[in-house]
Amino acid sequence: MFLATLIGASVVIFVVLEVLPGNAAQTMLGPDATPQTVAALAHKLGLDRPPVERYVSWIAGLAHGDFGLSYAYGTPIADLIENGLAVSLPLALLAMLLTTALALGLGILAAAHHRRLGDLGAMTLSQVGIAVPNFWLAILLILFFAVRLRWFAAGGFPGWDAGVGPALKALVLPAVALAAVQAAILTRVIRAAVLDVMREDFVRTARAKGLSRAAVLWRHVLRNALIPVVTIMGLQFANLVAGTVVVENVFYLPGLGRLVFQSIANRDGVVVRDAIMLLVVMVVAVNFLIDILYLVIDPRLRARR
Amino acid sequence: MALLEVEELTVRLATARGPADAVRGVSFSLDRGQTLGLTGESGSGKSMTALAVIALLPEGARATGRVLLNGEDLLAASERRLCAVRGNRIGMIFQEPMTALDPLHSVVRQVAEPLRLHRGLSAGAARAEALRLLDRVRLADAHRSAAAYPHQLSGGQRQRVLIASALACGPDLLVADEPTTALDATTQSEILDLIAELVDEDGMALMLISHDLGVMAQNVTRTLVMYGGSIVESGPTEAVFSRLAHPYTRGLHAARPRLGVGRGKRLAAIPGTVPEIADLPPGCPFAGRCPLTIAACSAAIPPPLPVGPGHAARCIRLEAALTLPKAAD
Repeated sequence: MFLATLIGASVVIFVVLEVLPGNAAQTMLGPDATPQTVAALAHKLGLDRPPVERYVSWIAGLAHGDFGLSYAYGTPIADLIENGLAVSLPLALLAMLLTTALALGLGILAAAHHRRLGDLGAMTLSQVGIAVPNFWLAILLILFFAVRLRWFAAGGFPGWDAGVGPALKALVLPAVALAAVQAAILTRVIRAAVLDVMREDFVRTARAKGLSRAAVLWRHVLRNALIPVVTIMGLQFANLVAGTVVVENVFYLPGLGRLVFQSIANRDGVVVRDAIMLLVVMVVAVNFLIDILYLVIDPRLRARR
Repeated sequence: MALLEVEELTVRLATARGPADAVRGVSFSLDRGQTLGLTGESGSGKSMTALAVIALLPEGARATGRVLLNGEDLLAASERRLCAVRGNRIGMIFQEPMTALDPLHSVVRQVAEPLRLHRGLSAGAARAEALRLLDRVRLADAHRSAAAYPHQLSGGQRQRVLIASALACGPDLLVADEPTTALDATTQSEILDLIAELVDEDGMALMLISHDLGVMAQNVTRTLVMYGGSIVESGPTEAVFSRLAHPYTRGLHAARPRLGVGRGKRLAAIPGTVPEIADLPPGCPFAGRCPLTIAACSAAIPPPLPVGPGHAARCIRLEAALTLPKAAD
């Protein structure tokens, strides 16, 4: 199942890069290069081999852990990706953490204060969060927290060698920019899921046992509401990974998103396809984890296996 | 002082058509060791009365009057106090065993929950006590089923689990709202027998809500017949069923399905439908459907008139009603 998804994704990535206009040799040599030199470089890079042959050798390389060399930089792609991942992975995790914490807080608040002030406040905030595009929010955050208050740097990444503190600090604003939309969406999902479960008969049973509203919420409602919430979180992780491309560019973070962006500009197809393939693997892996999580949460699903 | 005294209980609901009274001035009392039944059609206010007794009315409902448990007015009590009473002094069983248990918690954990809450038992002690309770309600293969999840049990078994959890803390009063309506006939009588046995052993009071007159006749010593939010007839179960004093009780009795009687004939039905609570007339709620209605019926809600010892009916045409033909048995 997961293997089929990965192979399907690899074909799509390969074909899309194939039909993209322009080629690496032309871009590397510039517009003034003669057709002969371009053709010579293309031959050296293996660009003139038939597509099927190039596809097969790409996949064979991936299977051996061999990512090849970048056209543009001539360095091993594995190193480029590793450096990008060192920024993007912590960024994605931090953003997901923020998303979950914010959405759980606001979503539960809204459901517990259904149709009262807390609900209205949380829903208004969520509406704003959904409406604001993340690149614009990123610019606002820079203007306010970096330029005006000078609490954070406006962009760039000191590297993990500079220490965990400074490195994490550089990721805070980007993570907020990424998390805002996702948290806004997730807040609504959590609110709806909690309200749904609160209408269930077993909630009334729990109240009839003498549990307070809060105790019922924590002990019975939340876990039942988690099932739809976890599903959405899996989908959101994919969105978050895609969002890093935009946000990393706004904040000048040397992450995977920025690597993909620059490699596309360079027509450095081998880097693009490896990097995107890695993102696909991450998304598939997260959704696999979520499938396992379902089994942990819901005994009814365990029985069906 | 009776265990439970309900005085002039009125429950006002916020309906789509504005506020309306689902329960209108209901009064009754119940003592330890007694069994009381509430019957009537859906929408008669019997479930609302039960929910008011345990103070779990739906959001937007407002109860007035008094619900005294051991002399303490539950309608005036704080939520904190109510949490200490629910599941502890009052146990409640609901209609739908299929959905009344949390699907994500094991059976034993759900029975142990009130024990940990009210008696402060440790996890281990609560579990041991829960196992004893599951044995007592004769859950099939109790020690193995205890670790099971609700979806692995049948409706009847789930209702046994719910009974065990309602009785866990040895309440003074058990409220059972249509406890067997969702179950098949054989299971139904098993569960009712179990409830009767446990109520008897523990000396609890039982308040049983059912639309089924047969269930009333076999399980409770006193019966209240509700219609349009008020008690139209109340009395010892035998007297109520032998005299059928109120025209509504008589209609309900004639409309019950019976085995082997009148084969091929249509069931008798009360003409008309139960009015929505927002449409209830100012006088006798049954006036629109009653064969004996006269102008005075719609003037004011009739007072309870004595029929026999401890037996009363809210009908100003009681004498005419008592001579109406009864359905053949």
